[in-house]
Amino acid sequence: MSNVAIELRGITKRFGNVVANKDVNLTVCSGEILSLLGENGSGKTTLMNMISGIYHPDEGQIIIGGEAVSINSPHDAFNYKIGMIHQHFKLVDLFTAAENIILGLDEKGKFDIKAVSGKVSEISSKYGFEIDPAKKIYEMSVSEKQTVEIIKVLYRGADILILDEPTAVLTPQETRKLFDILRRMRDDGKAIIIITHKLHEVLDLSDKVAVLRHGEYVGTIATKDADENILTEMMVGKKVELNIDRPEPVDPQDRLVVEHIDCMSREGVKLLDDVSFVARSGEILGIAGIAGSGQRELLEAIAGLQKLDGGSIIYHNPKNGKAENLRDKTPMEIRELGVRLSFVPEDRLGMGLVGNMSVVDNMMLRSYRRGHSVFVERHGPEELAHKIIKDLEVATPDADIPVRRLSGGNVQKILLGREISSSPTLLMAAYPVRGLDINSSYLIYDLLNDQKKKGVAVIFVGEDLDVLLDLCDRILVIGSGRITGVLDARTATKNEVGYLMTKTDREEDAENAE
Amino acid sequence: MQNNKHKTHKDPLVYITKRGEMPKLKAMLIKAAVILVGVLFCALVTVLLTSENPLKVFKAMFDGSFGTPRKIWNLLQASAILLGISLAVTPAFKMRFWNTGAEGQVLVGMLASITCMFYIGDSVPSWLLIVISFFASVIAGSVWAGIPGFFKAIWNTNETLFTLMMNYVAAQLVSLLIMFWVPSGSMVLGLVNSEGKNGWFPSILGQKYLLNILIVALLTVVVHIYLKKSKQGYEIAVVGESENTARYIGINVKNVIIRTVIISGALCGVMGWILACGTDHSITSNAVGGNGFTAIMVSWMSKFNPITMIFSSILVCFLQKGAGEIASNLGLNSSVGEVLTGIMILFIVSSEFFVNYQIHFRKNERKETAK
Repeated sequence: MSNVAIELRGITKRFGNVVANKDVNLTVCSGEILSLLGENGSGKTTLMNMISGIYHPDEGQIIIGGEAVSINSPHDAFNYKIGMIHQHFKLVDLFTAAENIILGLDEKGKFDIKAVSGKVSEISSKYGFEIDPAKKIYEMSVSEKQTVEIIKVLYRGADILILDEPTAVLTPQETRKLFDILRRMRDDGKAIIIITHKLHEVLDLSDKVAVLRHGEYVGTIATKDADENILTEMMVGKKVELNIDRPEPVDPQDRLVVEHIDCMSREGVKLLDDVSFVARSGEILGIAGIAGSGQRELLEAIAGLQKLDGGSIIYHNPKNGKAENLRDKTPMEIRELGVRLSFVPEDRLGMGLVGNMSVVDNMMLRSYRRGHSVFVERHGPEELAHKIIKDLEVATPDADIPVRRLSGGNVQKILLGREISSSPTLLMAAYPVRGLDINSSYLIYDLLNDQKKKGVAVIFVGEDLDVLLDLCDRILVIGSGRITGVLDARTATKNEVGYLMTKTDREEDAENAE
Repeated sequence: MQNNKHKTHKDPLVYITKRGEMPKLKAMLIKAAVILVGVLFCALVTVLLTSENPLKVFKAMFDGSFGTPRKIWNLLQASAILLGISLAVTPAFKMRFWNTGAEGQVLVGMLASITCMFYIGDSVPSWLLIVISFFASVIAGSVWAGIPGFFKAIWNTNETLFTLMMNYVAAQLVSLLIMFWVPSGSMVLGLVNSEGKNGWFPSILGQKYLLNILIVALLTVVVHIYLKKSKQGYEIAVVGESENTARYIGINVKNVIIRTVIISGALCGVMGWILACGTDHSITSNAVGGNGFTAIMVSWMSKFNPITMIFSSILVCFLQKGAGEIASNLGLNSSVGEVLTGIMILFIVSSEFFVNYQIHFRKNERKETAK
């Protein structure tokens, strides 16, 4: 068991000033499954991309079969029998499974689809895949597509398989099947690296676990010596004090009551599963969770952009005391109900703003409908643009420049400034400080706190646990579309949040379903 | 596997980077320089192909458009038609709806007017006939564009193919009606109402095309104001730039798509009306003559700005007329003119590339050894 399949020594990769990987050491043996664990942006995918030839390390060595190698392209990686299964499938929809599998292979002689199908069937029966080689990709479910991707790398003779978050798109039953297959491949002598942040999967499947945190290599631990507490602590690290202000909430009242909402993806995966919570006025409610756990769907459902399969979203209007159900209403209908909802979406230039339009035109997005005239009124938006540029110290030559030319921090100031300017009673912000420097981040925290003091119910979706713990009043933790816990941010520890983020009840689900 | 060990990276000798914002004057100068190079290149091609004096060829081109007052009027008339159709496709393209069906939309508009002239030409006064024809054309154009627009909005069908196919349906429809109208079977419809000129645009100041030009001038102003100042124009811009943002601020994207495409088709219908009542007074299945496609180029070249489109369409028509003139006056093959027009348009369009991008040549090749 000790024959090393691949070893990484002191791998470092920088993108400009950002260090994505710093001095990472990893060893994977044949017949072994290694889990690579880490929060969002901890550098897992970057590291794997270096093994599969997409990036080239700045420092360090990759050693395969006892020799230092240089992997400059996916083709090189394939020569070293490395196969990567990406999170986003790279398949041609109109081709069949067999056609996709041999695509790009330079095999000599005539293309023989029967022989390909035969070999595919052979691989399938060896490891327990269920696949019809003649089926077209567009007719397949997500899990079938993933199967094609895996067979594709096995067909090319891969001995080292890397899977980037393979379970993120699967149902519990499909996940189980995949794990069975992976175990069979391990027993067959393959070396497998699986990227994940679900602790129970790590403990369930792997032989050892390597942990990355903010690009740094924390360590490797044998799975039999690990438990959830040890792994969480390795993953999130010690608490860092940030000294963000946190005023006490004044007279909190229920502003938004979300009850039992469900949301299903087209593939039948539950994006939101029985989510219930309350957002109160004068309070910042933090939402913590691994990226893609349902945060976006949740906010978009409240904003009227996501259809739900069940539950209710009740807004309590502080002006007239009325309670309105916002479920399945359009953004316009929500506004017409007198709901003063502001929303800073995750995708700033693709959703919150129009990148090619000027600052002034972007101010108009919210207000252009005002008045009965068929023409737009530009005075108000112009004044607002200048006011925001002045108040929030936006670095821009003028208000007529397209916003995509501004830096990330300035783009966010413009978006948040516009959303706050309509005096909301409910403010939702998704990752508002992502990509921002320290000063801009603190300015955004101050703005959110100002809103909180004005009695606005603020919902803050964040990724940095230190920030969530310092800024928010309560923290709602979401994992795989479910609320896994609600914590008091004043007393909760980083480990508690980290643990809840990676906890899922899916295993029980799977058993119930069967 | 061995030879992978000491692989070297080679950077390409030429690489291209995007430029930042540049002053308007500098951008103009770059464009002028590129166009000048285009003219010189044309001269070179002329000498190589025909061994004629390029100056003589250029003069002939110029005479083709400006030689006589009649030619000037013809140039303005042709430019007005091209400009009008360019204006018509602009709302759709600004919304990133690829309306390649202007050819057919104009043609059915034209057909609607001709049908009115054909059937009720004798029973209503000329002015009323013109008004009725107008509405018939607008409705026909709207429907022709509205069908693909509706399918796009509801089922997300591909509008490029759909609008393109509608062109062929329109052309066949015209052939079918001509077959009914012309009993002799010659398939050529002569001038409709040539006796009383019922439904024909009146001449103004003795110029039969002046009314056409004035109507298109009015359209230019209206479309400009609609796109720049109206709420609907703003919605078109938002939907075109980012459908997600449009949804986020509560724009009903489906409605905006259908509405805008119908407006685009209605404007095409108006141009069909002008062609029927103001220019041709007859119809063939090829009556629009490719203007529906050239208009797409004019619209993009002008970055959807109606004022710029005035100059673009005059320029394109000038080149087209010039090409025809070279062919007839110098006795050259007509393709020479088309080759020169093509070269000029290529240079004009590519001038935009040189404003946005910079080409660098690497001086000393940098080698990086992968360890």
